[in-house]
Amino acid sequence: MITPVLWLVIFGGGLGLSLSATGGFNYTQFLLPGIIAQTLLFTAMFLGISVIWDRQFGFMKEILVAPIGRVSIFAGKMFGVGTAAIIQGLIVIILGFLIGVPLTLYSISLVIPLMIIITIGLTCIGLIIASIMTSLESFGTIVTFVNLPMFFLSGALFPVTNLPPWIQLIFYLNPLTYGVDALRTVMISGWHSIIPIQYDLLIICLFDVAMVAIGTYFFSKKQ
Amino acid sequence: MKAIETFNLTKNFGNLTAVDEVSLEVDQGEIFGLLGPNGAGKSTFISMLCTISNPTSGSAKIEGYDIKNEASDVRRSIGIVFQDPSIDDRLTGRENMELHADLYDVPRDVMHSRIDEVLHLVELEDRASSFVNTYSGGMRRRLEIARSLIHYPKVLFLDEPTLGLDPQSREHIWNYIRDLKRRENITIMLTTHYMEEADKLCDRIAIIDQSKIIALDTPQRLKDELGGETIIIETSDNDLLSSKLEEAKLVDNILKSEAELNLRVKNAHKSLARIVEFAVSIDVYIDNITIREPDLNDVFMHYTGREIREGGGSKELSGMAAVMRGRIK
Repeated sequence: MITPVLWLVIFGGGLGLSLSATGGFNYTQFLLPGIIAQTLLFTAMFLGISVIWDRQFGFMKEILVAPIGRVSIFAGKMFGVGTAAIIQGLIVIILGFLIGVPLTLYSISLVIPLMIIITIGLTCIGLIIASIMTSLESFGTIVTFVNLPMFFLSGALFPVTNLPPWIQLIFYLNPLTYGVDALRTVMISGWHSIIPIQYDLLIICLFDVAMVAIGTYFFSKKQ
Repeated sequence: MKAIETFNLTKNFGNLTAVDEVSLEVDQGEIFGLLGPNGAGKSTFISMLCTISNPTSGSAKIEGYDIKNEASDVRRSIGIVFQDPSIDDRLTGRENMELHADLYDVPRDVMHSRIDEVLHLVELEDRASSFVNTYSGGMRRRLEIARSLIHYPKVLFLDEPTLGLDPQSREHIWNYIRDLKRRENITIMLTTHYMEEADKLCDRIAIIDQSKIIALDTPQRLKDELGGETIIIETSDNDLLSSKLEEAKLVDNILKSEAELNLRVKNAHKSLARIVEFAVSIDVYIDNITIREPDLNDVFMHYTGREIREGGGSKELSGMAAVMRGRIK
């Protein structure tokens, strides 16, 4: 929970002072959806580690011999990890409210379902890595290796549209970019989204479906 | 119908063969033991029967269900206590039980009465609402046995059920197992490397060494087959005495271990005096001498030429055990 506080209050507050507000919102307002996405990403990915824990403590065997499908085991893990990630995301929203980011009940009611669909795909990435990795150490290394580029290349910290086109391309390959964009669309009035929100949603959902399919495959195969 | 049938069941890990064409049949209501040193392939064999790991070749049936094609029916019919703990120690005993009951579709209305019943069986009612990480090793083991019974399995697999437990807990668990067989007519397959355990508990035993079954019968018949008795002797020069005894044909069979000789004879009381005289005549001093009836350790030595407590014996085998552990987790 410390990380989002540092980002929002120190980084956002500090950088915000040297930037002039444009388009009717300040930098902290701009940053909050980015930090929500970051929190979802980091929590969802990191908690994939529970698969490795279960395996190391032997509990996974109890689950694997039970008369239930591998798909249900994967789904169960996904819901467990996803719930934890969304609770973390909600805490960040409350934090944003406390530091004075204007939020309406209506925008929050849209943010929550949006967080859920963003989290599904991210959770699967974490679980896929955990199914492949055998040790806690290698899991940590790989997750960091995936997390940081996904975070920095998502437009969470700065607008994508001002960047040179070739860098923009990398951002557009990152599914999290659309998550951040969709969150901003519902949280910031006057936000000019990269693409219309229905396309954001479409891309996120396609990503979710693909990740769930790949995740289920790896999970059934590797356990 | 047999409770367990295997046909040439084989498992390879790369170049290592952990289970080599094992075929056996276990009747319903039988306590069947797999006895062998660590790394002999007992756990791998069981994990194939439990559908956790796929056989390289061969097949097996549990209660008539094929382990490959009817894995789900197999899982519903069996209960397992693994060698390594598989309990969530951040939950209470009762929570672990409820989770298991849900996983096995135990109806909600009977769930609580069954949980109470199995907890009572292993005498853990009082501690059911404590977190498992406050339990002792023996209590965890008993909880795992209780858990494996909630869904009324027809076949129960116990992989080294008393490994690392003190003698008192071990005796406790043996009693539960005997009770279970008597009351529920459940089929039990257990692995162990404790001869005493196999001898006291099992109706029949398969002795496994280096991935193969080398003997299979009731403990009594296995011992009877050896015939005779064993004289265990410690002397000032074991090698000299054994080679001379062999030449003189005074004993049927000699097995050497670190500090002693195991001499197999038809009648120990008759042979004893002659062996002592013989030792004195070649200037070998006797430090200690005992006579005993053959036990399963002698059976194991008879078939393998080694003692079971020497363990796997070779580096290759302990390597294999490590590979197996990695795969099963």
